[in-house]
Amino acid sequence: MALSATGLDLRSEASTLFRRKRLISIGLPALVLAYFVYIFFSFDIAGIAERARPDNARILLSDTYSFKTHVTRNNRSGDFTVAIEGETKGTYAPGVAPDWVSLNGEDADVRLDAGSVVRFRGDMVIVDLPDFGTIELISAGGDIEMKLPTDEVPEWISASATRVSLTLPAGRVQVTRSKSEVFRYEGGWELFFFTLDSPFHGRSFGELASLAVSPEEIVPGKPNAVAMVEGFWTNTMWRHGDVFWALCETVLMAFLGTFGAGMIALPIAFLAASNFTPARPLRFAMRRIFDFLRGVDGLIWTIILSRAFGPGPMTGALAILLTDTGSFGKLFSEALENVDDKQIEGVRSTGANALQRHRFGVMPQIVPVLISQLLYYFESNTRSATVIGAIVGGGIGLLLTQAISTQKDWEEVTYYIVLIVLMVMAMDTLSGWLRRALIKGGQ
Amino acid sequence: MSDVAISGRTAPQPPDLRASYLRDLQRRRLYSGLLLALFALLFVSGFMLADDRNAGGFWDGLPKVFDFPSELVAEAVEKAANLPGHFVRYFPSLLETINIAAASTLVGAILASVISMLATRGLARWPALIPLFRRIMDIMRAVPEVVIALVLIFVLGGGPVAAMIAIAFHTTGALGKLFSEVNENADLRPVEGLASVGSTWTQRMWFAVLPQVAPNYLSYGLMRFEINIRASAILGFVGSGGIGYDLRNAMSWGKGRYDEVAAIFILLLTTIVIVDQISSHYRNRLVRGV
Repeated sequence: MALSATGLDLRSEASTLFRRKRLISIGLPALVLAYFVYIFFSFDIAGIAERARPDNARILLSDTYSFKTHVTRNNRSGDFTVAIEGETKGTYAPGVAPDWVSLNGEDADVRLDAGSVVRFRGDMVIVDLPDFGTIELISAGGDIEMKLPTDEVPEWISASATRVSLTLPAGRVQVTRSKSEVFRYEGGWELFFFTLDSPFHGRSFGELASLAVSPEEIVPGKPNAVAMVEGFWTNTMWRHGDVFWALCETVLMAFLGTFGAGMIALPIAFLAASNFTPARPLRFAMRRIFDFLRGVDGLIWTIILSRAFGPGPMTGALAILLTDTGSFGKLFSEALENVDDKQIEGVRSTGANALQRHRFGVMPQIVPVLISQLLYYFESNTRSATVIGAIVGGGIGLLLTQAISTQKDWEEVTYYIVLIVLMVMAMDTLSGWLRRALIKGGQ
Repeated sequence: MSDVAISGRTAPQPPDLRASYLRDLQRRRLYSGLLLALFALLFVSGFMLADDRNAGGFWDGLPKVFDFPSELVAEAVEKAANLPGHFVRYFPSLLETINIAAASTLVGAILASVISMLATRGLARWPALIPLFRRIMDIMRAVPEVVIALVLIFVLGGGPVAAMIAIAFHTTGALGKLFSEVNENADLRPVEGLASVGSTWTQRMWFAVLPQVAPNYLSYGLMRFEINIRASAILGFVGSGGIGYDLRNAMSWGKGRYDEVAAIFILLLTTIVIVDQISSHYRNRLVRGV
């Protein structure tokens, strides 16, 4: 703003400025607030309260840090099965059970927590609760019969003729005509290291450490340490090996996409830079191509490419490649336009030909910009590759969407989220380290 | 690339300058050559691996790249009369996508400005907690939006709010990092001036810091808005409202209904280009102060 000559003008100008600033400092927050009010109604945030499912949130949260073991009696055959999360992969061998279950033929006792015990006696299930009394549930053929110590049915019992369910602090008891089940909750991630069929299951860390160095072989023909790593890697419940490869696939998508885009964009960027390409129409055309590649979003490229290449990591890599070729073309051509001519002149004065001028006059100036942009995009594309993986079906993004769509393996979802965050942070560190090592070293 | 790629130290006053320079150069070239060879090896083997794990191979797919786009264009041209109707029909979901991006950028920017001030030396309310706030920002930045969106859909039951929270979460981390870099360049004298008259922390930030950093904040916020429009379209496709969701539905109709897909592509593309243009115009003005 130009200063006026007279003091009066200055004064009125200053007060106009003050008025404008005052307007902005009040008006802008008011505008933002108004927009939030609009969003509140347009997104129907008030309606969320009724649409939200707090029970789902509870399942999700409790599942992330605890697991349940099912003790099931088939009411037709009278057989018992003990299975972690009710999954086949986590089923105990017949006759085997954790120490809080005692099986003896037709009968079984399940200790839930201090004092409360569930006893299976033939077709009768007896639930002993220290501060409530004894509940008897009989499921002989027809309707389910319930005997309570009180007249009133407490709110933690839901009972009908075909199904009775008790929700207790340490677990749940559920009796239907076909089966009687006890669920017991425990903290931690079940079978994270070894599954039930592994000889290393249920051993403490100290025991495992001493086994790892002891010469006595538990799995014949293999040193214990190798057998342990194998058992962990091929864990059927958590599939650590597969998850690791999925992470690698995600990084691979980002790697191929980013560096492929860099390699394609660099030569084309010369054609879009005004100091290297005097032909205006050619420059204009190149720039529009870059704008087009960037503007047609990664989502659209992903859809178009998966039609041609089918699902998989290559499709994801190519989608990243196309979008980033546009971004890099723009960035590189801008960097090329800012190149200092003096260095090129200097190289030319020694009688260098065009190729040598580019190699020794131009490249040293733009390589630091180039590398730092490439590494920055590599890091951010690792995150994009997770999302694109969810669409094209590759990498950790695929595993994540699969685990979420089952709506019960939240401990696996948590595991994947932790791994993704660690992966992105590791890439961040790696790219920062490479940037420093490659660029600082050269100057 | 060799000149920059690997460090070369010059020996202090060598007896034979030429020989030592050549030796240095040779070693530098060797290192850069090795680095390039390693990179080429990684790239080629990575390409082959990805090609192997893909359902359709790269070389088989290459001739088919233009099949779908040409089908799309052909159908769009053939049913060009339907397009205006589709534009009108899908405009509300486009608006929802833009709203998700705008609201999440705003929420993210507001949270980011607070958390970035808490994480900047000289401005922090509790200097001892600076590393904690930095870690929080790192973690928020590292979580991909899709993760939070999918989990929230399970709890909140669909709708734009899940996507908005997910994008706002990531935006807070990403902008927080950029904002705290801006904060580091802020002049501390106004802050001290205000502190000397007994102002509270909030007053110091609001009156002494914010006016200095606002142009840069706005510029980064606009850039983030461009990114978030794309993110909100993608999240819709993975399952949470907006134009992305319509796009997935339109895709699933299959052949013969591609005019709807074309209409959505055009809407999305135009929006992205317009927002990019507006935002880059204002960013230039903000940064250059014109």
